[in-house]
Amino acid sequence: MARGLRFLGILALIYASLSLCIAANVRPISDAHRSAALELFASPIDGSFGSLEETYEALKTLKNLGLERPGDVKEKACPLVVGKLGSTSSSLKDLFQALRVNSVIGCQIDAKTFADVASRIQAVIKDTSSLEDFYYSVGSLLLVKDQGSSVNLPDANDIFHSIKALSQSDGRWRYNSNSAESSTYAAGLALEALAGIVSLADSEVDQSMIETVKNDIVKLFDSIESYDDGSLFFDEKHVATSEYKGPVTTTSSVVRGVTAFAAIASGSLNIPGDKILGLAKFFLGMGVPGSSKDLFNQIDSLSLLENNRVSIPLILSLPSTVLSLSSKDQLKVEVNTVFGSAAPPLTVNLVQGFSSASKEVPALENQELKFDAENGVHYLDILPLKVDVGKYTLVFEISLHDPEHLNTYAAGGQTKTLVFLTGIIKIDKAEIAILNSDVGNVETSQKLDLSRDSAVALSANHLQKLRLSFQLTTPLGHAFKPHQMFLKLKHDTNVEHIFLFESSARQFKIVLDFLGLVEKFYYLSGKYDIEITVGDAAMENSLQRALGHVELDLPEPPEKAPRPPVQPADPYSRFGPQKEISHLFREPEKRPPQELSLAFLALVLLPLLVFIIGLIRLRVNLKNFPSSPVPAAFSLLFHVGIGAVLVLYVLFWLKLDLFTTLKTLGLLGIFLIFVGHRTLSHHASISSKLKSS
Amino acid sequence: MAKTTASDAQALIRSLRSAYASTPTNLKIIDLYVVFAVLTAIIQVAYMGIVGSFPFNSFLSGVLSCVGTAVLAVCLRIQVNKDNKEFKDLPPERAFADFVLCNLVLHLVIMNFLG
Repeated sequence: MARGLRFLGILALIYASLSLCIAANVRPISDAHRSAALELFASPIDGSFGSLEETYEALKTLKNLGLERPGDVKEKACPLVVGKLGSTSSSLKDLFQALRVNSVIGCQIDAKTFADVASRIQAVIKDTSSLEDFYYSVGSLLLVKDQGSSVNLPDANDIFHSIKALSQSDGRWRYNSNSAESSTYAAGLALEALAGIVSLADSEVDQSMIETVKNDIVKLFDSIESYDDGSLFFDEKHVATSEYKGPVTTTSSVVRGVTAFAAIASGSLNIPGDKILGLAKFFLGMGVPGSSKDLFNQIDSLSLLENNRVSIPLILSLPSTVLSLSSKDQLKVEVNTVFGSAAPPLTVNLVQGFSSASKEVPALENQELKFDAENGVHYLDILPLKVDVGKYTLVFEISLHDPEHLNTYAAGGQTKTLVFLTGIIKIDKAEIAILNSDVGNVETSQKLDLSRDSAVALSANHLQKLRLSFQLTTPLGHAFKPHQMFLKLKHDTNVEHIFLFESSARQFKIVLDFLGLVEKFYYLSGKYDIEITVGDAAMENSLQRALGHVELDLPEPPEKAPRPPVQPADPYSRFGPQKEISHLFREPEKRPPQELSLAFLALVLLPLLVFIIGLIRLRVNLKNFPSSPVPAAFSLLFHVGIGAVLVLYVLFWLKLDLFTTLKTLGLLGIFLIFVGHRTLSHHASISSKLKSS
Repeated sequence: MAKTTASDAQALIRSLRSAYASTPTNLKIIDLYVVFAVLTAIIQVAYMGIVGSFPFNSFLSGVLSCVGTAVLAVCLRIQVNKDNKEFKDLPPERAFADFVLCNLVLHLVIMNFLG
């Protein structure tokens, strides 16, 4: 029961967090991004970067965020840059990356190197047909031009045409003329390359071509995808291809291409400001990405959107979405650009505010927020508006003061956000009582103060009822219905029972008829602790109180009564240290005292002594030992062999296993048989000689 | 009566000793070895009687090692004894080789059993 309720609670929490996401409160770039950037780009910064591309991304992100770049990165990266630019075997991509890094840190490179690079690229660009090669070469030429070298593209119109030839009717681009697959990411690359060609061209690029590209961009924006919270992004149509890069990279590429093209194209691009705002919301809605690539794309795109020529997105955000009525919080709204800089003069209107309880009738309507120029915050006092606690969906609208700004800024239409108004809920008429079941008269009744734990002591039998009631009123005097209201009865044996409150008009009441509950209580008489839980997101004084206990006298269980479930001692105890396992060993046998054993050891040696003395008494000698050297040697070896076998046995007893012993014994045995045979046959021949003589 | 018994016993022992004196020395050595082995076994049994037979396999291997080598020594004595016509063709060197081999096998088993 308790577990089921806990599960429901978790589900409710998940649902609540999901519903919050729908009207997410996007905040501009903050210090969280800066510290994440320092952390993510720690390795490229300290010089142990993997490639020039990563170095560029790290340096560019730090620059966009206004962070200091480490002092020694120039010394570490410049030799690599110079090496790539000087080498004739560098690919177009390498040259492009090297030039990009150079554009951020500014290495010491002479004009001749740049001229060489430019002429090499110009030789390649005429023959290439791949979009990526166009992108890298045009990008490189632009970077060379930025460094002060004069670069001119005589056949700009031709190159423009050959890039345009790769475009598809839906505004996407192909990577090269052979591939049938079109890609949104490639469209971004193409637009950036086209923009580069226009700024590199010595003569005017055909204006009609630029107009067709503008149309392509509009078509490309038709394929934009959206999330429920109003954020917009680009993604590939076919996600299964090997070129697939994910929505962040794809969107970022399009943003780069479109902003670059908007910067060079005369006249305005026909893109609604809402779409630019949606893209900005998409990048901000990512929060702080965990991968350095995503962070680079996010920050780079946002910095381009911050200064683009189409329309600059303005982000409306709330510093806090939980407002306390008891501490007289103001509804504060900030309007910033994506990087958090100040917006032009504008007015924020609260168009409507719906309570989650009544979706039809707005609780708030048409409130103009005052502007606090000092803090750059628009604010509204909620207290005089007589708004009650609860969950509200607020709809804001931004109106710019200067009509000229309407074209440069994208404020979006209406912005929805979710806000919690919290307050202290008054608890009245809390009362606990024991009723007699048959007539319903009150046996005992006690007033409760739910603002603190109490210790009432009640007793009841199975013919009686327990009643607990109280009232909840909001600061404005309305009835309040919290999300969670539970009564918990807990027996001494840890068996718990949880009951829900019924609400009738303004009063919350629970009546426990013990006669109907005896089976549920497993006929367990005794002391039950009472605990009450009242909680809600909008209730500042949510409570969980121990009320005391009730002594229940229930009848004896019949034979087939259900047994109370076994209570786990503590669900967390299984994560703690386990009970030590005591192994059952056989009792060690009693050993004799050591002195006795040593005495017997000496005693065992005594017969040996007797044996040796006996041998001496018998006048045993070694005269039979062969005197000539060869038999003597064999005889000696025979005795040594027997000794070796005996030593092997001792080793077997002490540490060797049977297999090793048998192997060694086999070798020793062969030796012993050979030597023994020689020795003993020598003896036999001597004794037979003696006999015959 | 008692005196005659004692003197008889004395006479018996004296005759035994004189008869044993004529035994060849190599047989005497074997006899001494058998006595040594049996004595060792008896001491171990006595130790077991006092202390108890807890490491029973150790006790068994100790006693059986002594008894076994004593039995083998008796076998050797039978084969080496020149008065035994049955083993006349068997040279004593061959008998000694058998004795050594059997002892080695016996003690391999004993060591394995010792634990």
